[in-house]
Amino acid sequence: MRSLVSLVAAAVALAATPALAQDCDWTPERAVTYVVPWGAGGGTDANSRMLASLLEKKFGVPFNVVNRTGGNGVTGHSAIAHAAPDGYTVGAVTVEINTMHHVGLTDMTREDITPIALVDIVPASVLVKADSEYETLEDLLAAAKANPGSLTASGTSQGGIWHLALAGLLNAEGMDPAAIRWIPSKGAAPAMQELMAGGVDVATPALSEGKALVEQGELKALAYMHTDRMKALPDVPTTAEVLDSGWTLAAWITISGPGGLPDDITCSYEKAVLEIVDTPEWAEFKASRGADVVKMGSDELAAYMEKSDAALGSTIQAIGLAK
Amino acid sequence: MPTDALAAVFTADNLTVIVIATLYGTFVGAMPGLTATMAVALLVPFTYFMDPVPAISAITATTTTAIFAGDIAGALLRMPGTPASAAYVDDSFRLSQEGSARKILFVSLLTAAIGGIVGVAILALAAPQLARFAIGFSSFENFWLATLGITCAILAGSGTVAKNFASLFLGLFVASIGIDVAVGHPRFTFGNVELYDGVSFIPAMIGLFAMSEVLRNARAGANVERLTLSLESVAAALSGAVGAIGRLKRVIAQSSILGTLIGALPGAGADIAAWIAYALAKRGSKTPERFGKGSIEGIAAGGSANNAGVAGAWTPALVFGIPGDSVTAIAIGVLFMKGLTPGPQIFTNDPTLVGALFGSFFVANIVMVFTGGLAILAATMILKVPRTVLMPMVLLSSLVGAYAITGSTLAIWIVLVLGIAGFFMEENGIPMAPAILGIVLGRVLEDNFMVSMMKSQGDLVAFFERPVAAVLGALTLFLWALLLIRAGLQLTRGRTSAHLTPEET
Repeated sequence: MRSLVSLVAAAVALAATPALAQDCDWTPERAVTYVVPWGAGGGTDANSRMLASLLEKKFGVPFNVVNRTGGNGVTGHSAIAHAAPDGYTVGAVTVEINTMHHVGLTDMTREDITPIALVDIVPASVLVKADSEYETLEDLLAAAKANPGSLTASGTSQGGIWHLALAGLLNAEGMDPAAIRWIPSKGAAPAMQELMAGGVDVATPALSEGKALVEQGELKALAYMHTDRMKALPDVPTTAEVLDSGWTLAAWITISGPGGLPDDITCSYEKAVLEIVDTPEWAEFKASRGADVVKMGSDELAAYMEKSDAALGSTIQAIGLAK
Repeated sequence: MPTDALAAVFTADNLTVIVIATLYGTFVGAMPGLTATMAVALLVPFTYFMDPVPAISAITATTTTAIFAGDIAGALLRMPGTPASAAYVDDSFRLSQEGSARKILFVSLLTAAIGGIVGVAILALAAPQLARFAIGFSSFENFWLATLGITCAILAGSGTVAKNFASLFLGLFVASIGIDVAVGHPRFTFGNVELYDGVSFIPAMIGLFAMSEVLRNARAGANVERLTLSLESVAAALSGAVGAIGRLKRVIAQSSILGTLIGALPGAGADIAAWIAYALAKRGSKTPERFGKGSIEGIAAGGSANNAGVAGAWTPALVFGIPGDSVTAIAIGVLFMKGLTPGPQIFTNDPTLVGALFGSFFVANIVMVFTGGLAILAATMILKVPRTVLMPMVLLSSLVGAYAITGSTLAIWIVLVLGIAGFFMEENGIPMAPAILGIVLGRVLEDNFMVSMMKSQGDLVAFFERPVAAVLGALTLFLWALLLIRAGLQLTRGRTSAHLTPEET
């Protein structure tokens, strides 16, 4: 009896959904929790806080940013994925949703969240110290080929996205992924500190993170792992230009909801975010960080994440970190 | 530059922002469980709508006061707001129990302001040179620095060498719980996923200090003779504090300079700064036996060093755009948002802004004296509450505060377990401060050790190959030798060393 009732209810809900989805006029009536799986002060945090404050203005209810850090991102991502899909919890799902399950940290995948919109794309770089003997990426790769294992690099944890950037690049160029040894660090800032202190030879964080030190002439950017050059640093060649393999790698940040977020809620958020990224405030914020405005809605983002998942999966497999 | 910068600092807007930010910082810092980082992160959306100078003023004023205000809960309730306050919490709590809560909080406040001002002065004079030195620190130097920090905990701890070590090792053990930094293996988690992140220091600190204090009071039960504590008058407290500071000029100067230098190093921060300054003050003191049992000298040393460290932490952030801690990481984000790129050029391209930043830091430290003073007057009223009412309230806020910071019930268990551990440690004359430092620095120590070993591929000689690392390493080994000799002496003297441990009465 009960199952019949729920069946009818489900049927009614199903019938009602398309009509509601057209409108995209759901609005939150109380405070929304915005989960950030990474620490205060990082790029994900900065982007998410900015977006949260603009969403707050748009919807007129508070958007409380909560940093649920730890477990290499597992904690925060599961807080987003497993929240009630009622629109009152959204969060910054990042590229790690596609790497964590490959390296065996969790069973959670992009299927467990509902993508809303893309917030940022952050391509990797290859940085060396200003007085380094390597002038080009080719120089560096030749040295690594001649003496595998003598050079060290850093940027993030073992198996983290910037590690995949370097190991994947070496692998794509037909070299041993460990030809440049990876030294784990807690993030891009400590890694650049190590690079400046001469503790490692190379760092491969986001170019946006190294931009200031490159502009000051403290570091040299040998490559930008992207298809187009960065507007703020037009002299840095892209890996797509200089490498035969055309290897590129970028991290990304999204705003996403829990798995099974109803369509009307998803599309209301999508509409709001897509309007926000067109505002001059957002453009100014992005420009200040040396980043370009990206605009991608839910469906396109889902397809993008699927592609990224496959690519990262094969990289992780190739460099022997898959579990 | 000076006139432009001064004009930018002394606008009505900027001064209003500083006053509001110091009030906000005091509130957040005094609440156990809320951190300076959280306070600054919450400020970011507001700074977006501010001009660059007020935006930076808001951040500096908030952090400066939050670090000081951590001392308020430490002195009154034995709940240090930050690990930087943990170095001298026993001193300040003991003295406030003896009826001079206001005096020692004024000492904390004034030394914090002095430390902050010395820090800014050093920054204004030598930030680029200091940053050039700090940027040369790799994992090898950071490892020795952390080692030196925990060695100071042994050196300055109030127990015997053996008991200080016991406390430290307990802290290091707690720090080893969770996912191993280098290879990602869970340790001592017994399959509990929430323990993967390790034991965060705020619940640990609340447990070891506040919870154990509640337990001690509970055992004393109905025979608590003094139901309320006396409070000295404001005038007496102020003149007492100013007098004490006058006598401690040398210690405060030494700790402020040291605090700034250590704060500027990327691997260290206000907490290591406070400990090393505390240990050094104890070495140079005429009354080292008072340390840990109510030494104003210790409070002055630690209190000035940690606020100086806050100023020092801006060095690598401002000069190279490399943040030393999460507060400056957020501040860099705000600078970028305002179209300002931190770097050596910022001193030549935006001298007004740099001048205004230093000026605002300076003014924030002055304004803090007044807003912090008000906070002290308001907060010390808590001592008028009878202990039988206060202690259950402390218990409640300990548990709620711990839960609030992590959002998980695990934090409550951590408070309870470490509270009981702290109770028994205290019963046996084992000081708790070294354990806190062990918890805070354990991960830093292990992380830098493992990273260094990976770099050198297992070659221990590499720890002495870089010049700065060699100096720090030699200094640490020298201190260890000294400690072992002292421990040996204490053992051979046997019973006579018992007078060194405070027996609870």
